[in-house]
Amino acid sequence: MYPIPPGSRDVLPDEMSELRSIGRRLRQTFESWDYGEVWTPLLEYEEVLRTGDDAAAGAGYRMFDGRGQVLALRSDMTIPIARLVATRLAGGAEPLRLCYFAHAYRAVGHGSGHQSEFLQAGLELIGVAGEPGEAEVIELTLAALDAAGLARHRIGLGDGALYRTLLAALEVPADRHQDLLERLSMRDLVGLELLVDGLGLAPDARDLLVRLPALRGGPEVFDRVEGPVGGALDGLRTLYAALADRGAGDRVILDLGLVRMLGYYTGAVYEVYDPAVGFTLGGGGRYDELIGRFGDPRPACGIGLDVQRVHIAQAAEEGLR
Amino acid sequence: MRHKLTVAVPRGALFADTLDLLDTLGVETGEVRSNDRRLLFEDAGIVTMRPGDVPTYVEHGAADIGITGKDVLLEQPEREVYELLDLGYGRCEMVVAARTGDDALAESLRRLGRMRVATKYPRVASQHFAQTGRQAEIVEVKGSVELAPLTGLVDGIVDLTATGTTLRENGLEVLEEIVTCTARLIANPVAHKLKAPAMDALVGQIRDGGA
Repeated sequence: MYPIPPGSRDVLPDEMSELRSIGRRLRQTFESWDYGEVWTPLLEYEEVLRTGDDAAAGAGYRMFDGRGQVLALRSDMTIPIARLVATRLAGGAEPLRLCYFAHAYRAVGHGSGHQSEFLQAGLELIGVAGEPGEAEVIELTLAALDAAGLARHRIGLGDGALYRTLLAALEVPADRHQDLLERLSMRDLVGLELLVDGLGLAPDARDLLVRLPALRGGPEVFDRVEGPVGGALDGLRTLYAALADRGAGDRVILDLGLVRMLGYYTGAVYEVYDPAVGFTLGGGGRYDELIGRFGDPRPACGIGLDVQRVHIAQAAEEGLR
Repeated sequence: MRHKLTVAVPRGALFADTLDLLDTLGVETGEVRSNDRRLLFEDAGIVTMRPGDVPTYVEHGAADIGITGKDVLLEQPEREVYELLDLGYGRCEMVVAARTGDDALAESLRRLGRMRVATKYPRVASQHFAQTGRQAEIVEVKGSVELAPLTGLVDGIVDLTATGTTLRENGLEVLEEIVTCTARLIANPVAHKLKAPAMDALVGQIRDGGA
């Protein structure tokens, strides 16, 4: 037996040629929208990754170099690209459109069925604030997946700051926010309801906080929100209208409970779904503060796709034809 | 369009109550009840399995929704599934227990600096002792945990108990209650979006029917 580490794999010619074909079609779409491909080192200084986001820097694999510095295998591509933008392209022309095809690494347990090494195809749009940026990234993602041979994919769209905004607006004590947001990001709606019940809020505020995470679907979702939301949904409304203008309205699922684990997202967050795959095909969001942590503040958003999962969806689509 | 949902149903202690619940939702469970060996019931949209496997099937999307105990979910926190509802049945306590009358846990901790605890729930147990500031050596066992302290393998156990009968019959007593566990409805995150109408209808039906 000559094992390979759990969560990693070898790729043989048949699969490889299909992966390459998917990669080619994604890349062609990205390039036709003027996204230029970049490459960053596989190993980065852990301290530098940590500048981007503490949790993301908690990468699965670390090692020391000859001088005792801690190196880490990147766990996503967005932080390295934020570093690249702030150091190599500081003060440059905007907007900046970048794409990548690269492996990222996360620690997984034995027998969990998850990959520790995964190939990501992604794009980052830097210097476009607000909903025009989101709308472009989402429309391009849909188009790239069309080109890759998918037909039933959908984008889940939420606002990563929405729940936090509401907690503040409803005057929930700040020391309770962390627990509530943790339940929400763990998708533990039972635990969330228990915590909300313990806050002693007025009934309409209580119902809003309990029901919001289950609100998802088309634009009718906005009408199903009851209670004191104020202007918290305005951003999502504008974005949805922009996507509908671009003809993508019926491929977007609004999801008011959507949050993403990574801490650097500041606004809209997205996930990509296909009925053939039980996991998300990818995800992303707006990260207006991340590049600034490396010294060159600029608004930005982006998305990353797991190419192997896109392949599973593409193969299933082929089987349906 | 109403998608049909595939349900992961736990065999074991939650089986009967779960089938009763599915009956109230209009799912045909007669075939499942009458056939002990078969695992997959495609017409009814039911797959049956050990409770501990339910999160795996649901996380991977092999089932859209599933029913399992909170104990299972606490032990497998890395599974990316929605926990939608507390179904209320299958109520059990996760407890620390030891031989009736002896003080093995406390004595061990005092003199040997740690206590030895057998359990099928190593994560829940480790976390409980860490949170209460006690060093514990966790011994993972697969079968009857009650045996472990009786044979001197460990000083005490962390296990699930509904009535305490099995513990008492083996000369064990409950020392601490860690958490109450009930059956939970869980859902695959992708199905939660793509099959939202069917899932919301089901959750609504259960909420209205129960409580």
